[in-house]
Order: sequence, then structure tokens, then C-alpha cells
Amino acid sequence: MVPELGHLALILALLIALVQAVFPLAGSLSGNRPWMAMARPLAYGQLTMIAIAFAALTQAFLTSDFSVLYVAENSNSLLPTIYKFSAVWGGHEGSLLLWVLFMACWGAAVAALSRNLPLTVMSRVISVQGMITVGFLLFMLLTSNPFERLFPVPQEGRDLNPLLQDPGLAIHPPMLYMGYVGFSVAFAFALAALIGGRLDAAWARWSRPWTTVAWIFLTIGIMLGSWWSYYELGWGGWWFWDPVENASLMPWLVGTALIHSLAVTEKRGAFKSWTVLLAICAFSLSLLGTFLVRSGVLTSVHAFATDPARGMFILLFLCVVVGGSLALYAWRAPEVSEGGRFDLLSRETSLLANNLLFVAFTVLVLFGTLAPLIYEAFDWGKISVGFPWFNKMFLALAPFMAILLGVGPAVRWKHDEPMRLLRTLWWALALSILVLVVSYLPAFSSGHLWVPVGLALAAWLVLAHVAVVLERLKNKGGLARMGPALLADLRGGGRSFYGMVIAHLGVAVFVVGVTMVSNFQHEEDVRLSPNASYELAGYRFEFLGAEAVPGPNYMAQRGHFKVYRGDRQIANLFPEKRAYLGGGMPMTEAAIDPGLFRDVYVSMGEAVGDKGDWAVRLYYKPFVRWIWLGAILMALGGVVTVSDPRYRMARAPARRPATSSAGGTSAATA
Amino acid sequence: MAMSKSVRYLIPLVVFAALAGLLVWGLGQDPREVPSPLIGKPVPTFSLPTLEDPNRAFTDADLRGKVSLVNVWASWCSACRAEHQSLMALSEMPGFQLIGLNWKDDAADAKQVLAISGDPYTMVGYDPDNKVGIDWGVYGAPETFVVDRQGIIRYKQIGPIDRKAWEEKLQPLLEKLNAEG
Repeated sequence: MVPELGHLALILALLIALVQAVFPLAGSLSGNRPWMAMARPLAYGQLTMIAIAFAALTQAFLTSDFSVLYVAENSNSLLPTIYKFSAVWGGHEGSLLLWVLFMACWGAAVAALSRNLPLTVMSRVISVQGMITVGFLLFMLLTSNPFERLFPVPQEGRDLNPLLQDPGLAIHPPMLYMGYVGFSVAFAFALAALIGGRLDAAWARWSRPWTTVAWIFLTIGIMLGSWWSYYELGWGGWWFWDPVENASLMPWLVGTALIHSLAVTEKRGAFKSWTVLLAICAFSLSLLGTFLVRSGVLTSVHAFATDPARGMFILLFLCVVVGGSLALYAWRAPEVSEGGRFDLLSRETSLLANNLLFVAFTVLVLFGTLAPLIYEAFDWGKISVGFPWFNKMFLALAPFMAILLGVGPAVRWKHDEPMRLLRTLWWALALSILVLVVSYLPAFSSGHLWVPVGLALAAWLVLAHVAVVLERLKNKGGLARMGPALLADLRGGGRSFYGMVIAHLGVAVFVVGVTMVSNFQHEEDVRLSPNASYELAGYRFEFLGAEAVPGPNYMAQRGHFKVYRGDRQIANLFPEKRAYLGGGMPMTEAAIDPGLFRDVYVSMGEAVGDKGDWAVRLYYKPFVRWIWLGAILMALGGVVTVSDPRYRMARAPARRPATSSAGGTSAATA
Repeated sequence: MAMSKSVRYLIPLVVFAALAGLLVWGLGQDPREVPSPLIGKPVPTFSLPTLEDPNRAFTDADLRGKVSLVNVWASWCSACRAEHQSLMALSEMPGFQLIGLNWKDDAADAKQVLAISGDPYTMVGYDPDNKVGIDWGVYGAPETFVVDRQGIIRYKQIGPIDRKAWEEKLQPLLEKLNAEG
């Protein structure tokens, strides 16, 4: 009964979405206020219906109702309760439901928080969101109904994919989806602006906080995915350039470019049509990511449900949404004026360069991801785009990004003098070069050229931002009263500036992590007999043997390792190899002794021989946590930025922008 | 830049149309059954050193007279490691020889993997520079080619050999090839 209610709620949600897609937009074009006024109630109704459907599916999981096909395929009565809950989005149908739930949440949030938005804009935004929701709901109801019944009812469910039975993966997809779907708001704002022909700074100001929030979720989502694959897949890597990972990275890269480009459009009225294009691309790449993961066009370790028929539907949908919006762009964008002239040395130029680098990297990742397909389509046959290729591309672009990232915030809008810039940054530059030289000395370096480069770039990022902050504070009342000036700044409109600084420092932390772990990690495959030891990077791993330990829905072989540093025991590690009763490949549960400066990591390979020997992999991972810490800082920077009073959408009346010259976030102007 | 302004704004649409065309085409292909142009053709002639002994040659002649599974793998390839245990089980089965093609790898790393986790292969060719891989149309590791007694490639499995692939594709095919005699 409850699943049927859920199904009904989905059908009602589709009807609401249809009305939502048509009437507010039609009203905004014909000036019919009652139709426009329907937008808000429709958005709330949409959320209510989908929340009911989601609750119904959750209930089916929690009560192990195996008469529902999706539950029978993705759950099991032995599954721990927390995973019964996360199993709701553990498969294809449920993850779509989660997607539309978030879509509805964002729609309702726009409706609730946009009191000061002109009614025409708000109704267009809600309509565009309705159109996207129609597509997803049709997709679900026609090809992937999560409430489909199963008869005869099986005694037991097939179990959740063991890879997903993990706290990291319980929250990773929701975060990622919040990000993906969040870009639909920026997309809807862009389309609304194109429809209305009003691409102005007000539009950029309205889009900015939404875009930033979506970007924060996506950043955290990607970070969780990386962290999860690090400890769960048992290979000790943190990024694999796997198609599914790339699918989440591409919207992030374009989203990052978008955030920066929006800043220019808001402050200087420049790059308007470019910004719109980025907004369209960010969401299109989110959709493309979904398509790639769901259709089976590319195989991947992460793709857990692939089906060409579904792929066809998503592709059609993709063509309608992306093709339609790009056609609209081709039609309306030429009328947009490109305001705001600027000189070669200016904040605008540096942000443009930033955008180009991010877009170039996105194109490379897109090419690399689709390369097998492209090569096959043209019958070029020979292809080796893999891990090393992506790394090479990343290393080719990353140093330029980092150098630019230090310069950008220090440059003034519109026009700047090279000498002034040098006066601000000279000591940061000098110290970074010092770091480069010192870390290149044989005493510190171990012959890896990338180590000094990476460390110097990180130092440059940190020092350049320190210089920028100091200059801002100097202008706000002198260095003597730095403390009070900083506090006042944080209470006032300075938060978006400090948010930017925090996010950029996150990049520095990330760079340190990547540099150190790539160049100084050690890993070793060894065969260990019980009570044997092995030494790696100054740590001694003593293997005490492995024993069988039953889990709730699996049987584990649990190894016991003592890790010594010198004579001191620093950790007891219990890595596991699990065979799930539901079948499938055995799972590796790595055991990690985490630390801010190093992780010690053990994962069980397989039992060898009959004397209790095991093939195990031992890892020493210096600074690996900094990679995720960097991502957390970036997200935190986003949070601080969004908390800036300038973006309190609900209350503050929209200032007349564009003409107001660069105030606020620029360090140099003041 | 003689391009008129409005034409410039069409570029994104055109790029997307090309991409969509590619994806439509790609959808028609099952990625696990990419019809390798080599299927039904004899294996390309080649000569490689073996992993164990650089002085010993491994050639296409080694693939004649016996049904062979040629497994492309590398020590850096995580999916290959996941597949390794199934390969160990396969190596005990009669009716075919399991040949390794160590691809874009470092010999020392590859040897260490085999030394620790066990060596399922009758013979391992060492192809660090993708010489043979290119001729065979290898996309990535792991991939497994089924070669019949006449040295003709009959099937290519992309991705690890899991239970489904084994039961539905490889095992029936191997039985058929052995029956063909």
C-alpha cells in the first residue's frame, strides 16, 4: 500500500512539474500575474510530493519490504539499519529519486529565499527547474520506477553492493547530487536571464550565492568520494581519473570558473555572455556525468547500474536540455552588450586567464574520458589515455593555475601598474623563490624536481595571500589596529574576501598534500608469515596472523598488525578481507593509522599457501590528509563567502549594481 | 577573425551536436563487447621477451595448437588485482592455457606481484612500450582475448573476468572451441 502511495506521489509530482514548466513562464511572457504567482506554491507542492515518495521508499527499506523489486535488489534483512537507510540511494532508481528530491529542495529554496527577486525572474527560474524535473520524473516513471512490485515475493533481498556498505559512501552521493542539482539553479537563472534578455549585474548577484552553495556541496562530495576510494578500495590511491570521478570533476572545474566569472560580471558588468555559457555548461556537464554513469557508454569501477535503454532516454533528455539551452544562447546572447572595458594588467584579465585554464582542463578531462569512444568512432584504433596521461595534463596546467592564483587577488580591477603590483608582492615572490632553492638543495630534496616546484607554489599561494590581506588591513586603518580592523571587516562586507582567501589557502594545502604524497609515499607488496615483520619508511609492521571473524552479513578474515616506530608501538591495525554473503567480489577493508603528517596503511591481499601466510600491501602516505583538508578549506571558504551580508537574499534590497565601481571584495581598491 | 558575431555564438551548439552524435553512436555499442576489428582474424605476428627471462621469446607461434586466454594486465592496474584471484582459479582448469601479456609495466613491479600473489600464467609476454598492445587493439587493462587452436582471435573481454562474464561468455565459448577440436 505504502509503495503505491509513493508511486502516486511521483505521478502527482510529474503533473505539478508540467504545470510548473508552463504557467509561470507563460505568465512572465504575457504579463499574467496570477500565473506567475503560481510559481511558489507549485515549487512547495513539488517538494511535498517528492518528499512523500522518498519517505515511502525509505519505509520500504526500513521494513525490508522485498515485494518491492528495488528493495529486494538492494537490501537484505541482515543489512545494518544505517545501510538500509543509505541503500535507498544505493541503486539506480533510488539515486534518481534522491536527485529529484534535491531538485525539489533547491526549487523550494529559490521560492522561499527570493522575496526580493522580480516576480518575472523568479517565475522563469521556477519554470526552468520544472522543465528539468519533468524530464527526470518521466525518466523515472517510464524506465526506472523504484516502486515496481515483485511477485512472487522473495524471502530475502539480494543485499546492497558491499562497496557501498560504508559510512563514507552513505553520504558521498547525496553531497555530490546536491552539487550537481544545485548547478541547475545557476542554469535556471542563466536561462531566465536569456529569455528576458536581461543579462545584467543584478542577475549575476542573484546567481552568485546559489552557485557558490552548489559548488560547496560538489567540493565536499568529490572530497568524500576521493577519501572513500582511498580507504575502501584498498589501493591507497586518492584519485584514479576514472570516468565516474571525471564526471564529477568536470562540473566542478566549470563551476569554479563560473564562480570567478560571476564575480567579474557582478562587479564590472563584463564577460556576460561567457558567464551565461559557463552556467549552462556547468549544469550540462552534471547531466552528462549522470548520463555517462548511468548509460554504460563507458565502463568504470564505480558504475553500478548500466542499461543502454535508460542511456537513450538520458541522452535524448540531454539533447533537449543542453541543445535547447545552447540554441537559446546562440539566439539571444549576440544581443548582449559586453560592457566594462579593462586593461591588460587588471583583475579582469587574470580572472579571464583563470577561466581559460579551468575550461582548458575541463576540455582535456572530457577528451580523456571520451577518448576510447572517440578513437573507436573514427577507427583510429590505438589509444592510451590513462592515468599517466591525465597526470601529465594536470601537471602541465596546475603550475600556471597556482602562479596566477597568487597574482589574481592582488591585481586591481580595470587597470593596474606593474610596479604597484610588485611592491605588494615582491617579498612573497622572493620568499617563494627561496623555498624553491632551499628545497632543491640535496639535503632536503630527494632528486624529485616536482617537490621544490610544488612546495614553492604552495608557499607562493600562502605568502601572496598574506600580502593581499596585509594590504587590505593597512588600507582599513593601518597595521597597528589590525585586530579591530579584521573583526570589523568580518562583521561587515569583508566576508566574501576572507572566504576567497580561505578557499585559496585550501588550494595551497592541497598542493602540499599532492606534492608530498606523490613524491614521498612508499608502498610495498609483501608476503608475510605470522609473527614476521617488515620495515617500510622507518615503520616496522609486525604481522600477528589472521583469523576468521563473522560480521552481520559477511565473513571476514581479519589480520592483526602491530606497527612500531623504532621501539615504540604506535598502532594496532586490523585490516579485513570480507566475503559478503550476498556474493560478489571479496572486499578489502584497509586499516589506517591516520595522522596529520602521515598515514600508515595496511590492506590484506590474499591468503598464500597453507601456513597462514598473507600477501599484504603496506603503505606510508605522507601528508595525504592535506589533500582532503585542502578541499575542506575550499568548501569552508565558500561557506564564509556565502555568509557575507551582501548576499542575504531574503532581506537586503538589491543594490543598483554594475555602475557601482569595485568596492567590497577587492583588496586593492579601498 | 572575419567570423560574424552571431555565428560565433553558435559554436557551443555545434560542439555539443558533435558530442551528442558521438554519444548516440557510443550507446549502440556495448562497451564490454566492443567488436574488435581483430575478431575472427589471426593474431598479428609478434615477438616479445617473456617477463621471467628477457632472452626467451614469446611469439604468435606460442598461441597455436592450444586454446588460449590472453590476459592483458599490469601491476599498476587495480582492476587486474581484483581479477587476480579469479585467474588463479582459472589456471587450475583444463582445456586452455592462460597467457599473460604484461602491458606498459615495469618488469620488477610485475614480477613482484606474481611472486607474492601467485602466478596464474603459463607464460607472460613483457610489453612495456605497448608494441603488441597497439597491434592487438588493447584499450586498457585488464582485457582478455580468447584465441583458438588455429591462432584466431575469437573474443575479447574488456574489464575483469567476473563470474558473470565467465559463466555467460567465456566458459561456453571455451567449451565450444575445445569441441571444435
